[in-house]
Amino acid sequence: MAKIYSNASHKPYNLKPKDETISFLLNYSKALSVMNYNKMKFEALLN
Amino acid sequence: MKKELIQDAELVSNYINGDESALSVLIERHKQKIYSFIYSKVYDRDITEDVFQDTFIKVIKTLKRGKYNEEGKFLPWVMRIAHNLVIDHFRKNSRMPKFDNTGEFSIFSVLSDSTLNAEKTLIKDQVESDVRRIIEELPEDQKQVLMMRMYQDMSFKEISERTGVSINTALGRMRYALINMRKVIEQNNIVLTN
Repeated sequence: MAKIYSNASHKPYNLKPKDETISFLLNYSKALSVMNYNKMKFEALLN
Repeated sequence: MKKELIQDAELVSNYINGDESALSVLIERHKQKIYSFIYSKVYDRDITEDVFQDTFIKVIKTLKRGKYNEEGKFLPWVMRIAHNLVIDHFRKNSRMPKFDNTGEFSIFSVLSDSTLNAEKTLIKDQVESDVRRIIEELPEDQKQVLMMRMYQDMSFKEISERTGVSINTALGRMRYALINMRKVIEQNNIVLTN
């Protein structure tokens, strides 16, 4: 019988980011505002 | 098959116009692909989480700054950001090796074998030959300065004497040579890292 030399690749289940990460990103997005002033852009995080 | 009701491009433009919920849909739609992609490179859940977060921070900043142009598709663009951040992560780690703080001190964590293994040697050769090929594409005057500087290790003073131009011209040619090389690398999506 043929020998299989390669290992089955280890595939972890549930490959998705934590809910906290998503919620952080959504909150970050809501808090971030970019202001334009004379061709310059300023970022401000308003919590 | 699940039908995507609103296209990515539309969601992106909604988000740019202030619709925060559009971002949530975009993240929800692509999170698994992006997360798996990062994990397949770094094999560490915590690092994957960090890179994933940094990727979207960059996405959010770029979109809010109005710097996103809908030339390509949203997902490949995000993947590219993730890919670059993964490379940054490996670069940072090779400069600053992390200590495995699991109790016993292992001398092998600070000693490393500087000789390249077979795979890395191949990659190094490939990268070097790619660079050579890109240099061949440069205009003659820029190529000459770059070769003298990088391969013959000459100073700009020596280069200017040898080529009969001023130091400033030599510096300018070097600068344009690098700019042109970067342009070629970017246009052809050449990866010069190992």
